[in-house]
Amino acid sequence: MSASTAPAATIGTDEWPGPLLEIRDLKKNFGGIQALGGVDFTVERGSIVSVIGPNGAGKTSFFNVISGLFPPDEGEIYFKGEDIAGLAPNQITDRRLARTFQNVKLFPNLTVLENVMVGRHCRTRSGAWDAILQTPRYRREQKETEEYAREVLSFFGSRLAGYRLEQPAFVLSYANRRRLEIARAMATAPDLLLLDEPTAGMNPRETLELTELIGRLRSDKGFTVVLIEHDMKVVADVSDRVTVFDHGVRLAEGTYAEVSTDDKVIEAYLGRPADEEKTA
Amino acid sequence: MATTTTPTTSAATSSAPAPAAPGVDVARAVRVGAIGSVALAFVAAIGMLQTFDNRVVFVPFLSLGDVIFFAVPLVTGYLAGVVPPGPMGGTPRVSAARALLGAAIAGVVVAALPAVLIATLRSDLDLRRTFPNLSPGLAQILTLGQEGAAGYLALLAVCVGLALVGGALLLTEERMRRAVVRGVEIVLVLALIELIARQFLGNLGLGALHQRLYVTNSGLRWLPAVVLFVLFTAVSYVLAGRRASARERMLRTGPERQRRSLIVTLVLAAALLVMPMLVGSIVNELFVNVGLFMLMALGLNIIVGYSGLLDLGHVTFFAVGAYGMAVLTSPASPGFAPELGWWLALPIIVAMAAAAGIFVGTPVIRLRGDYLAIVTLGFAAILERLFISDWLRPYFGGAQGIRRIPGVSVGATTVSGTDPRAMLYLTIGFVLVAVYVSWRLQGSRIGRAWAALREDETTAQAMGVDTTKAKLMAFVAGAMISSFAGALFAAKVGSVFPNSFELLVSIVILVIVIVGGMGHIPGVLLGAVVLIGILGGPRLPGLLQEFQDYKMLIYGTLLVYMMLMKPEGLLPSVRRTRELHQEEFLQDAWFDKKGHFTDDPDATGAEVAVTEASAPPIAGDAADGTEPR
Repeated sequence: MSASTAPAATIGTDEWPGPLLEIRDLKKNFGGIQALGGVDFTVERGSIVSVIGPNGAGKTSFFNVISGLFPPDEGEIYFKGEDIAGLAPNQITDRRLARTFQNVKLFPNLTVLENVMVGRHCRTRSGAWDAILQTPRYRREQKETEEYAREVLSFFGSRLAGYRLEQPAFVLSYANRRRLEIARAMATAPDLLLLDEPTAGMNPRETLELTELIGRLRSDKGFTVVLIEHDMKVVADVSDRVTVFDHGVRLAEGTYAEVSTDDKVIEAYLGRPADEEKTA
Repeated sequence: MATTTTPTTSAATSSAPAPAAPGVDVARAVRVGAIGSVALAFVAAIGMLQTFDNRVVFVPFLSLGDVIFFAVPLVTGYLAGVVPPGPMGGTPRVSAARALLGAAIAGVVVAALPAVLIATLRSDLDLRRTFPNLSPGLAQILTLGQEGAAGYLALLAVCVGLALVGGALLLTEERMRRAVVRGVEIVLVLALIELIARQFLGNLGLGALHQRLYVTNSGLRWLPAVVLFVLFTAVSYVLAGRRASARERMLRTGPERQRRSLIVTLVLAAALLVMPMLVGSIVNELFVNVGLFMLMALGLNIIVGYSGLLDLGHVTFFAVGAYGMAVLTSPASPGFAPELGWWLALPIIVAMAAAAGIFVGTPVIRLRGDYLAIVTLGFAAILERLFISDWLRPYFGGAQGIRRIPGVSVGATTVSGTDPRAMLYLTIGFVLVAVYVSWRLQGSRIGRAWAALREDETTAQAMGVDTTKAKLMAFVAGAMISSFAGALFAAKVGSVFPNSFELLVSIVILVIVIVGGMGHIPGVLLGAVVLIGILGGPRLPGLLQEFQDYKMLIYGTLLVYMMLMKPEGLLPSVRRTRELHQEEFLQDAWFDKKGHFTDDPDATGAEVAVTEASAPPIAGDAADGTEPR
């Protein structure tokens, strides 16, 4: 495949000619439960890919394994041609792959601005001595970190602006917590952004707004996005490709139109028609 | 009292409509009274009242023992009428009947156990084998010197009378109440610091003023005490009017806050510069001890306060600093004795402490919470054993320790424990360095990583923070700062022994950090002043030598009280206050200023209420809800 033919010097860099993310035969078991049973998955640079599937299909486990929260049992995860399977979460974030969580995980007592500034940690280098001695590098990075955080937050318009920057994250509304989590992931300057159910718990208006925002993540910021989503309208609106999971394996893959008419997908979501069930 | 009120004045309360004023709560009064009774009998039985009776705080009639004795019915009487805050927050008004009747009941109940105690003391029953402090002198105190039945009546009168005063206090306006409490606090502190005041005023050439205010080796004269009390109460009453807004400002970040803290810092710095010259050697030595504990507490604050890693063996780093200095500088070092100068040895010691930080940190890096605490505890225990062991005796001298540690050469002179003033300046210098380092680190990249680590380790790692490195950094920074304390300690005392590094020291440092205010530099410094300066360290007497025997008891009580009533510490950081009062904060935010639920469909109430125009004081309201006053 492309991974073997590309020049070695481009591995892990933006020059990598192959797919941004290429996953082969990914397996993960928790105890006796098979969460992922050999998943192949490819994401081209600049695309928006949705991962859908019924509850318990292994979508979030899939994200958790990619982002390093759990090491895979088997299989390879090539990110820009580099195998990142088994790396620690911070090392993976460092390689420009960031994520958000299904059950929003902010730093509740840090302010909105501080939450985003933490996201800059892996893009800055100044250490304790720089801080104590107030070296030029420290001052520059400190300034840049804050400016970058403000810029990222301005992406959300008036939602996370003004006095809210100094508010602790726990006072935010649910929708704003989700936005802040995206902002924090954006602050790590990722090439690939994994969004785990970004519109869960949002009202229709907020969902619409976020759908548009996901589009802008690609058009304005140049991120490649993979999202888990249950809202089919969002999936239909933003995705180039849709991958359907069921029971830890990939059931179908294609455009939304292709996937939504696939018999296997319909079956996974709705169950078999009654007459077929009898014969099976 | 004028402030007794009908329930319809609910608009006056800040956040929620007040429920109807409840009637007399006899059960509560009896319960509170019983607790007070047990407390009073307890402090009497352990001899606290008698020991403290030797220190007269208000000349000629009120001793510290009396103050403690009287405080019990006073506080009990106050608490008997308090209405516990309801689920919606807000402080209901208290009727005069509830406050005074409740207080009277509580007062009678308080007198019960002490009365039994008096009866026992007067009978032939000899309990002194079990309670060595139950002497006839105790009966004298509890009965105010009255004989026979008059003694019991005196006790009852004191308890009920003071309980009524406490109950009446509950009826006064809150602003006034706070002012009175503040006035009492200040006067009490002034009375207790007679020694410092004497030296301070004497060196300023104001010995006459001291003679007017104080009696030497005793306390305040009663007339100046009353005058000062009225003065300070009035001042705090007036200032309280502006305090709400000041508090709000304090809780905001921004240039104004920075300017305020800059002014406070400058004033404190000036005081630090001048103070050692104006007090005598005993007080200076005391402050050196305070300074050493400040250094250790600042070190621990980075580990516990900033990073949320519970370290119960912090004395390890103090020991490394002290033993390192002893071995490197003392000619009497039994094994390796390079006899370096203090300043030359210092960087080596700090490096050793950093290595010790990594050594302690590495194995515990995968552990969280309780497990981490237990492992650090184990490390400290092992280290103490090692220093005392015969095995390492050829290097560290075993139980005999290492003696003849030279002082610190500064210019032509040598600073050591014999010159507490110079030692104090040196210590202040190091404390300032530690404060600066802590302050800079807190707001830096690594400080943010520590905060993220404390909030949620998994998420911090997922967001790109190398948690292993951040944890080790916290241990290293904390260890380095604390090693200063060890190095200074060795030079000050001139010798080190293993028993200076017992487990208790670790606990005391942790208590300083917790009581002072975790994660907040001024809080930690204040904690050291209160605990070490006033109460005394594990082995050193504090300002009040009378406390010596009861130090651990008071530490324990203080810790329990703080955990229950003010878990954010004496001088809390904004963040910590938010953290501990999150629910109350959110609850307050659910109401807008008029006390209504918000019904804005666009956002949840939590946000709506906290607009720029009507932002409630973040910690203020929440903290007030839990304060017993």
